[in-house]
Amino acid sequence: MAHGILVVLENRGGVLKHASLAALGEAARLAPAVGGGVTALLLGPGAEALAEDAGPRGADRVLTMQGIERWSTEAAANAVVAALRSVDAAFVFVSATTQGRDLAPAVAARLDAAYLADCTQLSAHAGTLHAQRPVYAGKAMLSTRPMAEPAVFSLRPGAFDAWSGPATAGTVSALHHTPAATDFSAVVTAIAAASSGAKDVAEADIVVSGGRGLGSAEGFKALEDLAAVLGAAVGASRAVVDLGWRPHSEQVGQTGKVVAPKLYIACGISGAIQHLAGMTTSKVIVAINKDAEAPIFKVADYGIVGDVAEVLPALTAALRQALAQR
Amino acid sequence: MNIVCCLARVPDTTTRIAVAADGRNPDLANAQWIINPYDEYALEAAVQLREAVGGEVCAVHVGPVDFQKDLRAALAKGADKAVQLQTDSPLGPHSIAALIAAQCGKPDVVFLGKQSVDGDVGGTGAFLAHLLGVPVISRVSHLNIQDGRFTAQREIEGAVETIEGSLPAVFTLDKGVNEPRRAGLKEIMAAKKKPLDVLKVAALPARLEALKLELPQARKSGRIVGTGAAAVAELVRVLRDEAKAI
Ligand SMILES: Cc1cc2nc3c(=O)[nH]c(=O)nc-3n(C[C@H](O)[C@H](O)[C@H](O)COP(=O)(O)OP(=O)(O)OC[C@H]3O[C@@H](n4cnc5c(N)ncnc54)[C@H](O)[C@@H]3O)c2cc1C
Ligand SMILES: Nc1ncnc2c1ncn2[C@@H]1O[C@H](COP(=O)(O)O)[C@@H](O)[C@H]1O
Repeated sequence: MAHGILVVLENRGGVLKHASLAALGEAARLAPAVGGGVTALLLGPGAEALAEDAGPRGADRVLTMQGIERWSTEAAANAVVAALRSVDAAFVFVSATTQGRDLAPAVAARLDAAYLADCTQLSAHAGTLHAQRPVYAGKAMLSTRPMAEPAVFSLRPGAFDAWSGPATAGTVSALHHTPAATDFSAVVTAIAAASSGAKDVAEADIVVSGGRGLGSAEGFKALEDLAAVLGAAVGASRAVVDLGWRPHSEQVGQTGKVVAPKLYIACGISGAIQHLAGMTTSKVIVAINKDAEAPIFKVADYGIVGDVAEVLPALTAALRQALAQR
Repeated sequence: MNIVCCLARVPDTTTRIAVAADGRNPDLANAQWIINPYDEYALEAAVQLREAVGGEVCAVHVGPVDFQKDLRAALAKGADKAVQLQTDSPLGPHSIAALIAAQCGKPDVVFLGKQSVDGDVGGTGAFLAHLLGVPVISRVSHLNIQDGRFTAQREIEGAVETIEGSLPAVFTLDKGVNEPRRAGLKEIMAAKKKPLDVLKVAALPARLEALKLELPQARKSGRIVGTGAAAVAELVRVLRDEAKAI
C-alpha cells in the first residue's frame, strides 16, 4: 500500500520558493501520524544544488530529476507521477503558487486522484489527511477529505511554516526521467519581470490599496509614495481596474487576488462584499474614506474619516518620520 | 474549427454565505445564480476565435439545475449550440471533465474560466486536457491564436510568463484576456432558433467528502481614530504602539 508524502519543491531559475519550504515543513509535521516519511522532489536544472539546502528542512529523502530542460506543465506533471510511482507515496503536496496551481491538478488528473486546492490547514486522521480550505474567496471555510489515495494537495503560501525541528536526513538521490516529445506541445518561452521591482500584492507583508476615491490614475501617485515608505505592495479595487487606472494584477477581491498581509490600508475603497472577500483575513486593517458610513469601516481596526487627497500625503510624511526614528 | 466553452453556474458574488442545517454545505436557497464571471471570458474568446477562423462554438454546462436561460444568453452572445449535461450526482473537476470530454468529441480548442468563484478550485481545465490528451494553459490573460499556433501570457508572482505551442489545447482564462460583449435584441431573437439540448447523464462518484463548513470569525469592530489629516499622528501611534503593525 502506498504511504508517505511527496512534496514537489518549486525551483524557478535556481531559486527555492519559501512557500515550497513551508509545504515541506508541514509534510514533516504530519509525517509521524501519516507514516511513510517525506520525499522532496526537485525538477530540472539546478536541482542538485538546491537538494542539499532542502534536505535537512523536513525531508527524509530528496529526489532530483533531470530531463526537463524547458518548462511545460505536461512534462512536469508526468515527471511528478513518475516520482510518485518510484517512492509509492500516498499524498502529493505542492505549494499553491501560480505554478503549483497549474501543476497540482495536472498531476491529480494523471493519477485519477482527488485534488484539494489552496489548503490553509491540514491534519492527520487515521492515516489519512483532512484539509481545510477557503471557498467563496474566503467567505467560508470548508473542511474536507479525500475518499481514496493517492490525493493531491496544494498548500496556500503564507498559511504554513517551514520546518523548525532538528535537521532531517534528506538523503539525496537522482532519478532520471525522459519526457515524451508530446510533453512539449506547449512550453514556457519567456518570463519577463513585471514593472520594475513592484511587489506582488499576494506576497507582500503590507498592502496599500486604492479605490475610486483616489479620483484618477494620477491619484495613485500619492498611494505609491505611501507604499514606497512602507515597503508595501499597491493593491486596487475592481472599480479602478475596470476604469483602467491600475492593472488587473493588483486587483484584490473575489475575482482578483486574495491577500492576508500583516497590514492592509484601504484608501477610497467603499468595501463591497467582493472586495472584503479578498482582504478580511488581513491581520490589521486601516481604512481611509470620506464617508463615515462606508462598509469598509465595519471590518477596519482603525479608520480615518477624511479626503484621501489630504490624508495620504500627511500619512506618508508622518510614517517616513516615524520609521526614520528607528 | 471545433471550439468548446465550458460554463459553470455559481451564486452571484454578492451572496452572503450561510451554513446549511447539515453543517457541511452552504445554504444557498436565496442566492441569485449567474454564469461564473471568468466563464464570460471563455465564451467571448470562443466567439472571437470562431469569428476569426470559422467553425462552431459549443457551450457546455454540467449540472443538476435548469440552466437554459443562461445557455440561451450564451447563444445570444455568439455560441452556435449549447448543451446541458444533466445529472443529480455530486460533481467535481474529474467528473465534470469526464462528462465534457465524452460529449464534445475532438475539439481544436477548449476555453474555461480560471476557476469557479464558489469552490475556487481551478481544476477542471487540467482534468479535461488530460482526458483529451492535449496541453492545458491556465490563467491566461493575453492570447493570440493564429495558423494552428498560439502565444499565451499569464501572470506569475512578480512576472509575466509567455507560453507558446500548437493546437489542439485547453485554455483557462483570467480577466484581461478580452472584453465580454453584450447581446443585442437581434442576437437575442436569433438565439431562440439555435440548438439547445439537455441530456441526462450519469457522473463518476465523488472523490471528496465535505466534513464541515464554517464561517470565518467576524472581525471585532474597530474604531475611527479621527477626522482628516489631523488624525494621522494618532493613526501612526496606534499602528506602532498598539497594533505593532509597522
Ligand atoms: C462579479 C463581480 C465580481 C467582483 N469582484 C470584485 C473584486 O474582486 N474586487 C473588488 O474590489 N471589487 C469587485 N467587484 C466590484 C465591487 O462590487 C465594487 O463595485 C468595487 O469594489 C467598488 O470599488 P471602489 O470601492 O473603489 O469604488 P466605490 O464603490 O465607488 O467606492 C469609492 C469609495 O471612495 C470613497 N471616496 C470617494 N472620494 C473620496 C475621497 N476624496 N477621499 C476618501 N474617500 C473617498 C467613497 O466614499 C466610496 O466609499 C465585483 C463585482 C462583481 C459584479
Ligand atoms: N459544472 C460545470 N459545467 C461546465 N463547466 C464547468 C463546470 N464547473 C467548472 N467548469 C469550468 O471549469 C472552470 C474551472 O472550474 P473549477 O475547476 O471548478 O474551479 C470554470 O471556469 C468553467 O469554465
